[in-house]
This record gives sequence, C-alpha cells and structure tokens, in this order.
Amino acid sequence: MNVEVRLFATLRLNRFKKDFMEVAEGSTCNDIISIIGIDVNDVAILMINGIHSNLSDFIKDKDIISIFPPVGGG
Amino acid sequence: MYGYTGKYLRINLTTGKINVELLNEKNAENFIGGRGLGTKMYMDEVDPEIEPFSEDNKILFVTGPVTGISAPAGSRYMVVTKSPLSGTIASSNSGGFWGPELKFAGYDLIIVEGKSEKPVYIYINNEHVEIRDAAEYWGGLVTDVTNRIKEATDPKAKVLTIGPGGENLSLIASVMNEKDRAAGRSGVGAVMGSKNLKAIAVRGTNKVEVYDKEALMKTYKESLVKIKENGVTGSGLPTYGTAVLVNIINEAGMLPTNNFQLSQFADADDISGETLADKFLIKNTACYGCPIACGRHVRIGDGEGGGPEYETIWAFGSDLGINDLNEIILANHMCNEMGIDTISAGSTLAAAMELYQRGYIKDEELDGMKLEFGDAASMTEWMRKTGLREGFGDKIALGSYRLAESYGRSDLSMSVKKLEMPAYDPRGVQGQGLNYATSNRGGCHVRGYMISPEILSLPQALDRFETKDKPVWTKIFQDLTAAIDSLGFCLFTSFALGADDYAEFMNAATGMNFDGESILKAGERIYNLEKLYNLEAGIAPSEDTLPPRLLNDAIEVGPSKGRVHELGILLPEYYSERGWDSIGIPTEKKLKELGID
Repeated sequence: MNVEVRLFATLRLNRFKKDFMEVAEGSTCNDIISIIGIDVNDVAILMINGIHSNLSDFIKDKDIISIFPPVGGG
Repeated sequence: MYGYTGKYLRINLTTGKINVELLNEKNAENFIGGRGLGTKMYMDEVDPEIEPFSEDNKILFVTGPVTGISAPAGSRYMVVTKSPLSGTIASSNSGGFWGPELKFAGYDLIIVEGKSEKPVYIYINNEHVEIRDAAEYWGGLVTDVTNRIKEATDPKAKVLTIGPGGENLSLIASVMNEKDRAAGRSGVGAVMGSKNLKAIAVRGTNKVEVYDKEALMKTYKESLVKIKENGVTGSGLPTYGTAVLVNIINEAGMLPTNNFQLSQFADADDISGETLADKFLIKNTACYGCPIACGRHVRIGDGEGGGPEYETIWAFGSDLGINDLNEIILANHMCNEMGIDTISAGSTLAAAMELYQRGYIKDEELDGMKLEFGDAASMTEWMRKTGLREGFGDKIALGSYRLAESYGRSDLSMSVKKLEMPAYDPRGVQGQGLNYATSNRGGCHVRGYMISPEILSLPQALDRFETKDKPVWTKIFQDLTAAIDSLGFCLFTSFALGADDYAEFMNAATGMNFDGESILKAGERIYNLEKLYNLEAGIAPSEDTLPPRLLNDAIEVGPSKGRVHELGILLPEYYSERGWDSIGIPTEKKLKELGID
C-alpha cells in the first residue's frame, strides 16, 4: 500500500519534507520510522491524517503520516 | 526586602510631581509581583468604572521578584491598566531588557497618573527621575524614537515607547520596548497616548539583592540543565522559534484561515517556521538572562530586524489567506514601527475582508485599495493606515468587534470580550477554547496554554476533542500562568520547569516560604482578583463565551471536520472547579479561602 509521509522541523534535515512510500499491509508507524531511519526518541508528536496517534498504530493505504520532534511555541 | 527593590515610583503627569514610595510587603507576598501585584495596586487606586482614557485612569509598569536576578528568562514586566479595547483588566506582558533595567535603577514598578498638557517622556537614571519634553518625538516611529531618546539620554538606556498607534488612540495600540519587543495586547499603548506620554527611558546600575545567593545559584544551575535537556526549550524553540507551530497546527486542521471560515491552509509550509529559518533568519535573539533565545532576527526588505512570531504569521498569513512570508515580515515590521498589536491588527483585517467578501463593506470606502483574502500587496499599507488612522484604517484601529458591529455583524469578529483570539481554532481543541472563553483579558492564548497538553503532548497527551478533564486542566494552567506572569518569568520556561521550581526561585530570591502548592494558590488568588475586577468594571458573566461561528458551525473539511466547540458542556464544570457560582461569579467562600477582601 502507498502512504504519504511528512517530516517537520529538525527531522527534515538531510531527509525530505514529503515523500510517498510503498509499505507492506499491516505496517505500523514504528515501521515507517525505522525505514526512514529516525530515532524513536526524536519523535514527540505523530499524527495519522491529522489525528494524534501512537507508534504502534497500524496504517492504511493512502494515510498521511506527519512526524514531529519536540517543538513548542505560543 | 529581597528579590524586590522595595520601592516604586509614582509619577503624576498633571502636576509633574515624582514620588518614591515603599512597597507593601503583604501585597507582595499575596500577589507576588508583575500581573498579580499590578492588578492589586491598580484596583486599590482606580474606580473600576473609569473611562480608560480619562485623566484619572492610571497605568502601571510592573516587574516581578525574579525580573533581573539570576533566573532563566527572568526578563518580564507587565503593563497593567483598564483595557480601552475590552474594558477588562489589561496585563500586557513583554520581555527584552527594559524590566530588568527598571529593577537595576532601584524600582519594582512605576505608577503613572494624571495627564500631561503636552507630549512628554520620562527619563529614569537610578535615583534621578525627570519628566522631559517629547514634542520632537511625537509622531515618530518606534525605531527612530528609540534611537534618538538613547542619544538624548544614555546610549545604554533601555527605551519603552509608543508609536503613532498609541498617540492616535488606536484601541489595538501596543507598548514597544527595545524596538521590537511588545506589550502588545489589550490596547495599553493607547492609555499611554491618552496621557501624552511617549516613552520611558531607564538606566540602572545597581544590583538586586537576593535573600540566599547560594540557594539561588543552585536552583539556577539546575533549571538551566532542565531547560537545555528539554526538547522544546533546548532544541525546538531555539532552532525554529515559535513559528514552528504553523505546520503542526495546520496538520491538525485547526489553523484558522480566512477569518476562521476554514481551518486548514494549503500553503502553510510557505509561511512556516522552517521556511522562516531557511530563507530569512539571520540570527537568534534572546531576552535578558534567557538560555532559550527563541527570538528571530531576520531580513526585512533590504534591511534587518525583529521577525514575526507564530501568532503574527498566522494573523497576516493563513487568517488573511496570504502565503507570502516576505510580505508577512513587512507587515509585522510596520506594526512594530506604528506600535500596534499584530494579532488584533491581522484579525481585524481578516474580519474586514470577510465583511467585504459578504458585501457589507463597499469599494467606495477603501480609497482605491483592495480588501480581499489572499491579497498580500495591500497588507503593509493597511497597517500604516491603521497606525495613522487614515481612511478606512481609522476603523481597523478600533479592533474587529467595533468594526464588525458598525456593519451590524458583530458575529464576524473572532474575538472574546472584544479581544481578538489568536491562532488556534477552538473547534479542534476543546481545552484551549475553554481558556479563550474564560480568560480574564478576553481572547488570549497564553492565559492558560492548553495547546501544550492537547497538541504538543506536554506534560502529557490529552485528546484534543475530548471535553472530559479539560476544566480542571484549564484551571491549573490558568493559575500557574498567573503565578509565572507575576514572578517575572517568561512563560516558555514552563515547558521545562514546574510549580516546585518556581517556588524554589521565589524562596531563594525573597526569603518567603512558598512550595508548589502555594505558588498555584497565589495564581488562583490572582485569577480570582482579576475576575472580580472585570465584574466590578461591568463585564457581564455571559461574556465568558466564544463567537457563534465556533459554537454552531461545524468545521467542514480536514482532520477536525464535524467539530464545534462544546462550551455548554465545559463551562458549568469549569465554574464548579473554580468554586464559582453557576453563572461564573466567585463565591464568598472561595474569596475567603483565598484571603481576598
């Protein structure tokens, strides 16, 4: 299945802003992160289709996965 | 007194009389400083029904006990008065270096009263305090006036000034210090303008005595480690500044777009903190004693200067349908020079664009200028006209509520208690919406920043769509923030520090005896005091609400699709948590518990 992965802030450095990836059925967010080579400790916020999610959550075809390091503001 | 200088200035602009008075220690212990102490002293002296521009109104500039001592980001001061925009208590907070310099000069705060017959500025050089003629500065822009007053006084002086916005009594006028730091909200700059007070320059060379230097240094070093090791304060904020939020909030489908008609902006990445860092950032800047350094020094046209914060990028970006970061930077700069609040100015322009879109505002009112969502080219010129109150800018200068009301559509003002709400659509984040509705100064994001748990998962993740537990969290965030604002800390320290840390700083600085619980209790006391002020000033309890669009019209597309704000569910539980009655009035029992007379 095909998913869209969006990276933000420091996670973009030496990687990409947005990419489309072919992944196996039954993949989780954790699988995506390990394919891209992101340290799990650098992930503070994870969204599937704009909804906060967990590393162990399964993904579906056409999902958008947004990954953020620790960030804040106001 | 320790931590405090124990003295303050009372300057009467009608009589020219300048007095040094002693701080009331009991008030300091109960209301800490800054926002809390300022509100207490203001309430003790000024009739709550006063007209904000009346000669009898007063304006206070108030530091906290950690302002100017060895405390991380202990840089803040508060401008306290009655807001001419909202009619509520106004405590407008700014960082930079002006607050610490006032402490070094030997004063915890300044009370300015009366009204000068002609434009003046105040020059404080330690114990020497003068009221000086400001005729040559009146009408001047903020950077130029700051530079010239430093030349006329002391190159090391720190200058706080209003721009043309404050002089022209724009209800969204800010007070600026060190050129680009702003006590932006609630129109406090116009109260200075109404007194013909252009600026206050301060030079101080004393140290602030603290109670236990050793304990303070220990707490300071430990807090620096916490701030450096925290992902937000150690890395996120220094690298990208506050604007890193643009993409996060947009991904969640709650970035207000076109005056909250939409909640997602297709071009968000073009105006993000990442793009700001890539294309415009020259260097980071820091306020006094700050290890975070979230400030952005950027390219502005052919020059350089202070860059926009997240809220400003939203106000001149997605809320106007604008994707041109260069133009947003120029509009931010114009607001800083004019001394007007970027959040209120952008949001008012957004309301004007919707009124135009719906046919209420006609072309003949606009002097040939465009007023359409997405039109970046006119934005900076609209801000110039707003500062000078030229043409249609005269209406923008009154804020979105009065503008929309003048066309019979006050519902199109995205404000609470007439103060424009910043950059988070409450329909997608229930706790933040409750905070907007109940904030004592109106639509303010930093009175209880529920974005932290609901979006950033700090200190723990809360489901943003849930209403459960939000009232108790909102109350705790509001109370803690009231204490932080009163201590003189920057709120951003709270990503890494907690109530116990703040108590340790308070004790080492002042010799008082606080713990985390009593810090929160002081915050609650301050919050209740502000609420009492608003009630006495005639703010009806029913004004604890949100614009009807957010309560009735579900978000149509994006991740927050189908959501409205559930204030009707949240508000009764919030009042109960606060120990207030069913319509939101503090009970006798609660006030007695907090020691408020």
